[in-house]
Amino acid sequence: MSKYDKLTTNAIGRVVPQIINGKEAVPYLGVGKFRPTGRKYAPPISTCADYPDDGNKVTGSIREALEKCGLKNGMTISTHHHFRNGDLVGNQVFDAAAELGIKNLTWAPSASFECHSPLIKYLEDGTIHHIEGSMNGALGKFTTEGGMQGMGILRSHGGRYQAIQDGDLHVDIAVIAAPTADAFGNATGDRGPAACGLLGFALADSQYADKVIVVTDNLVPFPCVPWQIHGNYVDHVVVLDKVGIPEKIVSGTTEITKSPDRLLLAELTAQFCDETGIVRDGFSFQAGAGGTALSIGIYFAEMLRKRGMKARFARGGSNKYLVKMLEEGLVDYILDGQTFDLEGVRSMRENAGHLNTSPFTSYNYHGKGNFASMVDVVILGATEVDINFNANVVTHSDGYLLHGIGGWMNCLFSKCVILPIPLFRDRMPVIRDQVTTICGPGELIDVIVTERGIAINPLRTDLIDKLKGSSLPIRSIHQLKEEAERICGKPSLPVLSDEFIAAIKWVDGTVIDAVRKVIV
Amino acid sequence: MDELQYFLGIVFFFALPDVTLHGNHNTVLNIKPEADVAAIAAIGNKGKGIRSDCHVTLEIRQSGGIEIQLISKVKSMYGDSILSLCNEIFRFYNISDASLLLEDSGALELVIAARLEAAIRQLTGSTKEYLTEFLPQNKYQTARDRDRFSRLYLPGNSPSLMINAGIHKPNGIILDLEDAVAVSKKAEARFLVRNALRSLDFYGAERMVRINQVPAGLADLDYIIPHNVNLVLVPKCESAEQLKLVNENIEKIKKEKGINSNIWLMPIIESALGVLKALEIASSPNVVAVAIGLEDYTADLGTRRTNEGNESFFARSMVVNACKAAGVQAIDSVFSDIADMEALKQTVLRSKALGFDGMGCIHPRQIRVIHDNFAPDEAEIDKAKKIVNAFIEATEKGLGVVSLGTKMIDPPVVKRAQHTINLAVSMGKLNADWRNEFLNV
Repeated sequence: MSKYDKLTTNAIGRVVPQIINGKEAVPYLGVGKFRPTGRKYAPPISTCADYPDDGNKVTGSIREALEKCGLKNGMTISTHHHFRNGDLVGNQVFDAAAELGIKNLTWAPSASFECHSPLIKYLEDGTIHHIEGSMNGALGKFTTEGGMQGMGILRSHGGRYQAIQDGDLHVDIAVIAAPTADAFGNATGDRGPAACGLLGFALADSQYADKVIVVTDNLVPFPCVPWQIHGNYVDHVVVLDKVGIPEKIVSGTTEITKSPDRLLLAELTAQFCDETGIVRDGFSFQAGAGGTALSIGIYFAEMLRKRGMKARFARGGSNKYLVKMLEEGLVDYILDGQTFDLEGVRSMRENAGHLNTSPFTSYNYHGKGNFASMVDVVILGATEVDINFNANVVTHSDGYLLHGIGGWMNCLFSKCVILPIPLFRDRMPVIRDQVTTICGPGELIDVIVTERGIAINPLRTDLIDKLKGSSLPIRSIHQLKEEAERICGKPSLPVLSDEFIAAIKWVDGTVIDAVRKVIV
Repeated sequence: MDELQYFLGIVFFFALPDVTLHGNHNTVLNIKPEADVAAIAAIGNKGKGIRSDCHVTLEIRQSGGIEIQLISKVKSMYGDSILSLCNEIFRFYNISDASLLLEDSGALELVIAARLEAAIRQLTGSTKEYLTEFLPQNKYQTARDRDRFSRLYLPGNSPSLMINAGIHKPNGIILDLEDAVAVSKKAEARFLVRNALRSLDFYGAERMVRINQVPAGLADLDYIIPHNVNLVLVPKCESAEQLKLVNENIEKIKKEKGINSNIWLMPIIESALGVLKALEIASSPNVVAVAIGLEDYTADLGTRRTNEGNESFFARSMVVNACKAAGVQAIDSVFSDIADMEALKQTVLRSKALGFDGMGCIHPRQIRVIHDNFAPDEAEIDKAKKIVNAFIEATEKGLGVVSLGTKMIDPPVVKRAQHTINLAVSMGKLNADWRNEFLNV
């Protein structure tokens, strides 16, 4: 089976394959243009006759559970990134598969981290054929240099839910690492030694995988409440000594930035939101976990406090600053997708206004609406933006896969999408003639805030009109690109091979771009 | 720029173990002469945490042509242009056989050129200068009495901190060749500072360089005077004689290069002797401001610097009085705790109350606090509005005497009030058409 076949040019002008890992793929057609047909995927029907009446599904080891699930060559195994860089389960699953001599597996993580780089040896020996999820750090380097046998597939959090729900990504065995669980398989993330807050990224897997294994280091007597994962979906429960390293679980960037340049970006962004009337009583916002995004939240809080106003809801990743806003009454609800620090975990446990959500509620494009499009303003990052406002979030300018997509793509449907990004990083200009990889179409990206000026997408005439006479440094995106090139010099385009190594799937499952192998 | 880098800068600023001290405060700098030919030159910075910089290891050979090994994080984007620049510099110095290892962490061209030039000149003893582009927007002059609330210190051998300094809008940017540069790096820092003066956009900030202590620091002038430095900071100043030497050397370079612009001086008083000589220092030609450096001063007194500043009250008052007597600005010392903005604010308010016109800063986060608190407050603006309005009305009526209520207003008071108004307008604290609003209230 070839990695890919049938190249075509999609609606945004990118050459993409229509056959990926032997399966048909639809090229990107435009925002909202692809209309899904048919019915959702459904897992096999189970019967209680096959499960113990006392509800005790505890099995001796991951290997034993995998064997009981009927693990065989060519299957897809999913894991999740609730423990981020502190995950101790993902690698053990493939250690067990390798011990059993299994080959050609597909690994479908909700995201990969540097802690998963030991899996490279299984990509090399054929235990794992390819990854569908994200390929960060060493895995990204390995993939981009052409090491993976199959074609990598990158999806957003919402896109992953969509793919599993629609049957595009069929999960044979889901392994859900849980900070607390009972023997029946009810599981939660908000307590236990490896508490991570919530288990939303595993929701689709629990609902649609053929077999589900819950792995925990904190087995409690039935019932485990609140249950974020229903035991009724679970086949086996495995108890380990330790499932995660707590200090690495909450390892997101959880402090506001002290960098003066980033603070300037945050300040300009907050001022932009203020002058355009976005910050008002009852507004909603989502800011990521980076230091700049956190700082913007601080500025929002100051504005609300001074004016006696409050936000209706904030979309998390939650952190101590967002929790403080909730507890101070500056926001009614946190609709949380993942918690970035222990304060977030505590708040989710204790505060009725701090709600756990999932990619289904927040991001799934093949649903009856989702939360992301209802948010007034979202603050995101990007590795590159082009003069048509198309943005890249997965590859470095030298072509290497660097990051996963996360919820980034899904958040582009917010009412105002702002990317506060430096004009250049070291000598690398961020605004380019053409991005190395398109992850988000420019029509959905409204504002680029840099330390040397703010560019508003010409499509957003409403924002442009609101800022007439503003003291903010409004520039065209072309002016910003020229400024960066005046300082850094005009960069050459990376010389990449003709071979594709990974596909980027849009929120609706179509292929928006494909990543080429780098020439080493 | 991250805080750690700034913090490192501060460490250099206050603790230089390699500086040899003789007598009271005569620092003797062991700067390697450029003609001190070594077989291999190693210039620049590399390693973890180093950004926007590069390190060159250069060996000049007798044969074999030019060999360049480039290790760069931006190789795919700028590899060809970096190699082209290096070859151009080799041709400029007529070098046809050399081995160069260039380890690049995203350095701009001006940095690469400075590093390679420093290495070549160290090995060859050449005095030829490879000059990078002189940006047209860097060719401005500054007025003797311009605002100098804030002046941001930047280590002269750390390019990553220089690149974005101007966007934070300090009144002045100081490229520091003195305490913020390790002794072993002082020679190479001169090339970087020179290229920065030419090719980095200062975004309108006053372009300042702190030279090394006189007399060693006189050699720094060759690297900055021809490149439109607006103001030279003279550290550890203890006499007018030191400033005379600086002025003479500047004049000599200006004459050689055909430069007509004013180059101002800001001596820094950092010792008990300097404090006692404050008036003669402040009264020296081309001096527009005198700064006080309290870390060295308190060390000289044998005491410890405190936030309250009682130990330096006399010195600060002396400097302020000398400056006011000489008609120049008084500039307070830097505040070294970059995390404590409230303490900085209180320090600024005390400085302003003592009569200082500005203070130094070591982190861009301090700039706004310094500006906001040196800026005229509401009461000062209200008073100034009344005085200026009274002056305008008196002028319109042809009256020679300005009065406000029952009080006569002297011309210096009017001048100061007008300055307050101008300042408030320029800092966005007052509308330019304030008088219409004032008259309509």
